[in-house]
Amino acid sequence: MNELINFVFGRLSLDYLPKDIITQVTVVVITVLGIAAVVAMFKFKLWKWVWKNWITSLDAKKIGVMYLIVAGIMLIRGVADALMIRAQQVLGSGGSGGEFISSDTFQQVFSAHGTIMIFFVAMGLMFGLINLVLPLMLGARDVAFPFLNSVSFWLFTMGMILVNMSLIVGGFSIGGWLGYPPLTELAYSPGPGVDYWIWALQIAGIGSLLSGINFLVTILKHRAPGMTMMKMPIFAWSVLVMVLLVIFAFPILTATLGMLGLDRLMGMHFFTSDFGGNPMMYINLIWAWGHPEVYILVLPAFGIFSEIVATYSRKKLFGYKTMVVALFAITFLSFTVWLHHFFTMGSGANVNAFFGITTMIIAIPTGVKIFNWLFTMYRGRISFKSPMLWFLAFVITFTIGGVTGVLLAVPGIDFQVHNSLFLVAHFHNVIIGGVVFGYLAAITYWFPKIFGFKLNERFGRYAAYCWTIGFMVAFLPLYALGFMGATRRLDHYDASTGWQVLFVVAGIGVLIIALGIFFQILQLVVSIWQRKKNLDLTGDPWNGRTLEWSVPSPAPFYNFAVTPVVTSRDPFWEEKQRLKISGEKSAKPEYKDIYLPKDSGMGIIIAGFGFLVCFGLIWHMWWLAVVGLIGAIVCIIIKTGDDDNEYKITAAEIELLDISNRRKKAAL
Amino acid sequence: MSLRQLTVAETGVQAEKLRQGPTALGFWIYLMTDLILFASLFATYIVLLHGTYGGPSGKDIFDMPFVLAETIILLTSSFVCGLTMIALRKANKQLVLVGLGVTFALGAAFLALELYEFTNLVIDGHSWQASAYLSAFFTLVGTHGAHIAVGLLWILVIAWQVFRRGFTKGVVRRLTSFSLFWHFLDLVWIFIFTIVYLMGVI
Repeated sequence: MNELINFVFGRLSLDYLPKDIITQVTVVVITVLGIAAVVAMFKFKLWKWVWKNWITSLDAKKIGVMYLIVAGIMLIRGVADALMIRAQQVLGSGGSGGEFISSDTFQQVFSAHGTIMIFFVAMGLMFGLINLVLPLMLGARDVAFPFLNSVSFWLFTMGMILVNMSLIVGGFSIGGWLGYPPLTELAYSPGPGVDYWIWALQIAGIGSLLSGINFLVTILKHRAPGMTMMKMPIFAWSVLVMVLLVIFAFPILTATLGMLGLDRLMGMHFFTSDFGGNPMMYINLIWAWGHPEVYILVLPAFGIFSEIVATYSRKKLFGYKTMVVALFAITFLSFTVWLHHFFTMGSGANVNAFFGITTMIIAIPTGVKIFNWLFTMYRGRISFKSPMLWFLAFVITFTIGGVTGVLLAVPGIDFQVHNSLFLVAHFHNVIIGGVVFGYLAAITYWFPKIFGFKLNERFGRYAAYCWTIGFMVAFLPLYALGFMGATRRLDHYDASTGWQVLFVVAGIGVLIIALGIFFQILQLVVSIWQRKKNLDLTGDPWNGRTLEWSVPSPAPFYNFAVTPVVTSRDPFWEEKQRLKISGEKSAKPEYKDIYLPKDSGMGIIIAGFGFLVCFGLIWHMWWLAVVGLIGAIVCIIIKTGDDDNEYKITAAEIELLDISNRRKKAAL
Repeated sequence: MSLRQLTVAETGVQAEKLRQGPTALGFWIYLMTDLILFASLFATYIVLLHGTYGGPSGKDIFDMPFVLAETIILLTSSFVCGLTMIALRKANKQLVLVGLGVTFALGAAFLALELYEFTNLVIDGHSWQASAYLSAFFTLVGTHGAHIAVGLLWILVIAWQVFRRGFTKGVVRRLTSFSLFWHFLDLVWIFIFTIVYLMGVI
């Protein structure tokens, strides 16, 4: 009997339910909300609609929206984690002796915070926005492999579910967002937490890798006729270099996590502290992926700002070619700096000097970009809409982060502040200031194109102010704390250090950021409420420059009624100017048949089997892992055999749809 | 539409056209990512060369004539796979099926020999748990073996499709991708043979 239970459930047992009260309450609330949502969906008969229109959809724009929803929810979870970290640090001063959460929970919380923010918020926002905008910008019908795109998204979502499932049963890794061994080896972390981390990242990482291949082929093969590489919008360039980084870096992550997983599952000794294992090899490998990863996140944000600044300054982007060169310089250099994450490993002065210098060199192409944006604004007719506020906040915040990064690149200084809160302040400065501000600006900017109405401007401004001020209040004190000797991941300290005041200030900063997020939720609710007032009927609310603004809002499911022909860098802007000067109406296009991918539920099914594999491996339910593997393989085989995967919209149907769109616009 | 049988001339043209198409490019890029995955494993293997923990190193456990036999079998299967692609250009269904069959048989023989080698090592007490070096050895060579296993499964599926449907656009595309995959595994094996086995016994 016992053997049977062991076989069926592996090591899963009731002992793994959460023990501390905060997690228990969270789990209960999540469960109740989840059940309520499911019941509501049944009650209002929404399941069929969701399945037909969203889950099985291969339309990149819908997949993009789903990415944004997942990332948005995860942002709230990540900020909640941040609040818990700060609350503990405020209370953890020796004199007051309070304890908000136990040390073990604290470690899980900061590990989850980092993992979720990077993998499921930043990556999710990024892939979401690329899905929404990239095909439209290139004048393409869809991405190169629409079905693969769906698989990528669902793999990403399964990873997200795994991370959050650890909250309900088993607990999360205590190894930080990068899970350094030997702490994460079986000897020191026998529980399922590290396994949750490994397999969640593995499944999400494979999704990201497939997305990378997909977008690279899309850019290389699916540009509109006439759009040579040097006529692509800078955002497309930034996606191109980003996916190159994904393609070069993510296989390293897959291999590294795989080896750590083998250590834990099969008793191997890659990174153990005995049997000849080498933990430093893991740290080298993970950063050979991890450093490019941060550029993966920030480069598309650079691309976004390039579009936003040009649009709101009503000028063409200053220094297009230098932008492209700078992107490639950063891409190349990002693979030559990984060792700066562990100068203290003791590689010797020469090695450290090499990596210190390459790190500092990255500041040059980045500086080029910042100057290009500023020169684009120079003598432009700037309108300070909220995306521009995000941009200004970005320039200041990101530059501070860049400067402290150059400081950290000096090995001598790094030895002083290594793993201190100075470092924490630095990378939040570049990731929040660069990545998050960039993607939040992008959401405001492209929202009307996807949903057909604009976001409320007033609450958008409030959110931008709160995020910016909150960021400064939350993270500038950490620089000071770092200099004073406070290390990262610290939950208790002696009162005589006098750090508590600064931790209180930092905590207030996080609250201000949370207020900013509240304004964003409010903005969304109010905008939906008043959507009739803010409808975007022109398809071009900001006087845009690139192709996505040439189609109606919301963008039709077939993207372009007629594939556009491109002759210049800002094709839509040039066309508008030409029509304005010549006074002619745009000619009636010649419609052709369109082929679109048929919807398919296989994406979520394959990813679901992948989830079973991961869950089985985490809980040592071997039969489940085998079932999942066989299921996934069978589904892939069935899917590859299905060649009848496109449907046709005839030229006449397209003409009908397009003419009604044109009439609406002409009626304005 | 795409379920239509292609004529002999079309099959050849299609095979040529596919080499320029998005799927071929995407598959090439996928292969490059796989190559980086192997590169990470190679790097780890080299770093852990001396992590034998008092156990055997490559010199003590490799049987070179045996490995040479494995190598020749795999190279031959790759050669046959190439011949199969020539038969595809001529749209010769029987020859393609025979070619796939021979490729499969040789691939399966290679995999069987590899499993035999692994089993013997484990029986001799040199399992992947014995030392970091052996962990790296089993993982690197085993990952290649796992790819071969996937390739074998792929041959079965594609052969069945050729048998049932003949040469449609999709079948030709998948055959082309498969041949890339199989040659790629051959290439990786050349590196394993050189870096793991040859340099191991020197």
